[in-house]
Amino acid sequence: MSAHTSTDTLASGTHAHPNPDAHGDGHDHGTRRTYLIGFALSVILTAIPFWLVMGDVIADTTIATLVIMGFGVVQIFVHMVYFLHMNTKSEGGWTMMAAIFTIIIIVIALSGSLWVMFHLNTNMMPGHIMNPADLI
Amino acid sequence: MSSHATTAEGEAPQFYELVPHHHAPHGSTQIGFWIYLMSDCLIFASLFAIYGVLGGNFAAGPSPEHLFNLQLVAVSTGALLLSSITYGFAMLDMDEGKKTGTLVWLVITGILGAVFLGLTLYEFYHMIHEGAVPQRSAFLSAFFVLVGTHALHVTFGILWLVTLLVQIGAKGLIPANKIRVQCLSMFWHFLDVIWIGVFTVVYLMGMLR
Repeated sequence: MSAHTSTDTLASGTHAHPNPDAHGDGHDHGTRRTYLIGFALSVILTAIPFWLVMGDVIADTTIATLVIMGFGVVQIFVHMVYFLHMNTKSEGGWTMMAAIFTIIIIVIALSGSLWVMFHLNTNMMPGHIMNPADLI
Repeated sequence: MSSHATTAEGEAPQFYELVPHHHAPHGSTQIGFWIYLMSDCLIFASLFAIYGVLGGNFAAGPSPEHLFNLQLVAVSTGALLLSSITYGFAMLDMDEGKKTGTLVWLVITGILGAVFLGLTLYEFYHMIHEGAVPQRSAFLSAFFVLVGTHALHVTFGILWLVTLLVQIGAKGLIPANKIRVQCLSMFWHFLDVIWIGVFTVVYLMGMLR
């Protein structure tokens, strides 16, 4: 494996542009076309949620919040693919592994914090004590 | 004992490399920088969690719909989004070895970043002027920490960009400078990803609340 990789590096060393990523994999930088596609997608995905909120399009706050969050998540993935050039192959898959690990930690931290604190707030509400006799 | 068994099969185990194993210079810089970005992501995740928990505690103070100006946020979001693609064009020109093109696109990116930063600072100034200071309520503390940390990142990104302009101007598109441009590219696009979270959670959802 390692001997094979080093011969690859030696072979590519004759190339006019020394490629710093010659070790094992190529790093995809995208083309003008993929950048423009990513930009167009992110403009659309930004404009729609701003329009939804500024124009008061959806009356139900819960549905509007979920729709806006959905657009945000999709746009984050668009940026990861078209601008950060994330794929399963770059750096032998380790960028993807690090990203997946980070996403897992983020989901645990965010959902855990919100879940715990929401229940804490609910339980601490003065109105929660339905029967004053429970206090004694 | 197990090594004995392996050699018995006729295949001599080889634990060292006969061919010198050359790592390309800066070969591990990108993955290292990516790991840094992921750790930065965790900082922002905790700040988002804080905002999510405290974002509704106004302490009878001003709430998002009194403070936020969505037109202003839309303009600054546009500036940051545009700076993402201008940085992409700088990367493409760099790959083609065009030094002037790279510099021009980087300067445009820096100006757009400065526009974004200026609008954020104007918003902060406006809020503080109206008495919506960080110590007014838990919501405002969480808001200033989250948006302020992002603005601080953009500030350092612009400083880095100016440094790179000087370095490319002096030394040209040498491999070391190319790696630096690639790392700043990751940093810049990463800040844009964080901003998507900020304008979605803080501004848009704040106005709906």
